[in-house]
Amino acid sequence: MSSSPLPDTVVLPSARSPTRQFFSRLIHEKPVGAAAALVFLLFVFCGVFANFLAPYGFNEINMLERLKAPSWKHLFGTDNLGRDMLSRCLYGAQLSVIIGLSAAALATTISVLIGLLSGYLGGKIDMVVQRIVDAYMSFPELVILIAVVSVVGPGMLQIIGILSLVLGIGGSRIIRSAVITARENMYVHAAQSIGASTPRVLWRHLLPNIMPPIIVLFTTRVGAAILIESGLSFLGLGVPPPAPTWGGLLSGSGRTYMFQGPWLALAPGLCLTAVVYATNVFGDALRDLLDPRMRGSK
Amino acid sequence: MGSYVLRRLLALIPTLLIASIIVFVTIRMIPGDVIDLMLSQNDIGADKRSREQLVHALGLDRSMPDQYFRWVSAILQGDLGNSLWHSTPVLREVLNRLPVTFELGAMALVIGLLIALPIGVYSAMRQDTPGDLAARSFAILLLAVPSFWMGTMVMVFPSIWWGWSPEINYVKFSEDPWQNIKQMILPALVLGTSLSAVTMRMTRTMMLEVLRQDYIRTAWAKGLSERVVILRHAVRNALIPVVTLIGLQAPLLIGGAVIIEQIFVLPGMGLMMLEAVNQRDYPVITGVFLVVGVTVMLINLLVDLTYGLLDPRVRHQ
Repeated sequence: MSSSPLPDTVVLPSARSPTRQFFSRLIHEKPVGAAAALVFLLFVFCGVFANFLAPYGFNEINMLERLKAPSWKHLFGTDNLGRDMLSRCLYGAQLSVIIGLSAAALATTISVLIGLLSGYLGGKIDMVVQRIVDAYMSFPELVILIAVVSVVGPGMLQIIGILSLVLGIGGSRIIRSAVITARENMYVHAAQSIGASTPRVLWRHLLPNIMPPIIVLFTTRVGAAILIESGLSFLGLGVPPPAPTWGGLLSGSGRTYMFQGPWLALAPGLCLTAVVYATNVFGDALRDLLDPRMRGSK
Repeated sequence: MGSYVLRRLLALIPTLLIASIIVFVTIRMIPGDVIDLMLSQNDIGADKRSREQLVHALGLDRSMPDQYFRWVSAILQGDLGNSLWHSTPVLREVLNRLPVTFELGAMALVIGLLIALPIGVYSAMRQDTPGDLAARSFAILLLAVPSFWMGTMVMVFPSIWWGWSPEINYVKFSEDPWQNIKQMILPALVLGTSLSAVTMRMTRTMMLEVLRQDYIRTAWAKGLSERVVILRHAVRNALIPVVTLIGLQAPLLIGGAVIIEQIFVLPGMGLMMLEAVNQRDYPVITGVFLVVGVTVMLINLLVDLTYGLLDPRVRHQ
């Protein structure tokens, strides 16, 4: 290398966009994570295009075809009213996509707002906010949700709202600790000393630097939201029937007929497990790639 | 240690206060139409009560702060109100149901640890081998399997294959301990398995950290056998932080118990809350909600104190 003369032109390392760089790292370093991301994208695709993909309507009753085992005509079998389980699972994916993504987005926003303010301002405000978060976290998420649903009644919007509040308050801890580390950086002190306003410091200097934990938090929240919502629907307190939520498919009338048609118990549970598994694995891979400090922790 | 316990107890007071406000605000924000609904559903003996009586029974005819102070001072005297449906004191019913949930939770915790600790330790000892990879994949899969699905499968498939189904009529431990344990073991197994994933991952991380310490290298260098190095030197130190997990898992245990109790028809706090939600029995919902939160806080306090006892460094922070 040292013996060769300098080239006339210097070739810079390929200037690929950070996004492309990221995806190439994901595929090469975390193939399992990349596969999980594909499963997740497939799930979102199924949810978005459920209306086109589903061979039957989610509430299309056909008494002649009741409790049929899986076949080419009905891949996931049919339920006690002859409704096609594949179609019901696809429409269930739609509900899960809507609830999972919007609750995770809202929850992450709440986490970021609380975490940024509490972590950056510190002092008394931080102490008060953290005591409230402490108290909130003593309540199991499901128990808070059940209590609130008992007051506001079941429904999609209510569930998205409460779910994001509960998950958002819990997640604020992770953002807060990221902020506390980031706020001691030189560039933050520099920004403060040239008189940048607090919102400016938060928005321009801190927020971009805590993006990795925010992205990871969002990913894991999608899985958590889907899982908790399905638990709530399973208890009959989620999105009310006939909406075919995955949790709902495993309870109610489906339950009574599971002993005659065990496929009724399999399909929704497998969908749920596959999607939550994929988001968890993808979240883990993202965390390893984006945030080496969090590697190996829970 | 004395001052540490005192400090922790004092720190509990503001948290308890905030928790009571959370419960109060959540439930007492009952909009008027819920009262109409309660009356129209005719499911709380509404024929015997007028709207005014119901509003009065719920304490909704007073101002919010007034309602809150009356509620808190009643709680401090051990009064959680009366059930609208049964007219019995909520506290008595809660105390009846609490042991069931506690037994389920404790058994699930033990089962979870029995599954998680050996696998977690093994995984760390054989880091990055196929065995470790399999254990980690298993843990992350367990995280994704909803406990209610696991519970459903446990109910459905043994019944189809062998015609076996779990006992539905609950037997108290004091009446027939053997029958009670037989009945509780399956729900506890489901809950414990679904909770073991987190412990497994944490045990592995802690073990990996400890295995890199100098004293472990010294133990190896002294020529000690693997069994002695792992069990006497590594596991002992790695397990101290795992104790805190018990505190962290308390809300998960109780939250999970709600679902498991429903599947296996166990008359615990979870089933009590669900029944109350269906009957719109707000004093009961409020009572269970509060008791669950306070229980989790007390468990956490107990865990912190144990931790202080196990690790002297914590006390002096």
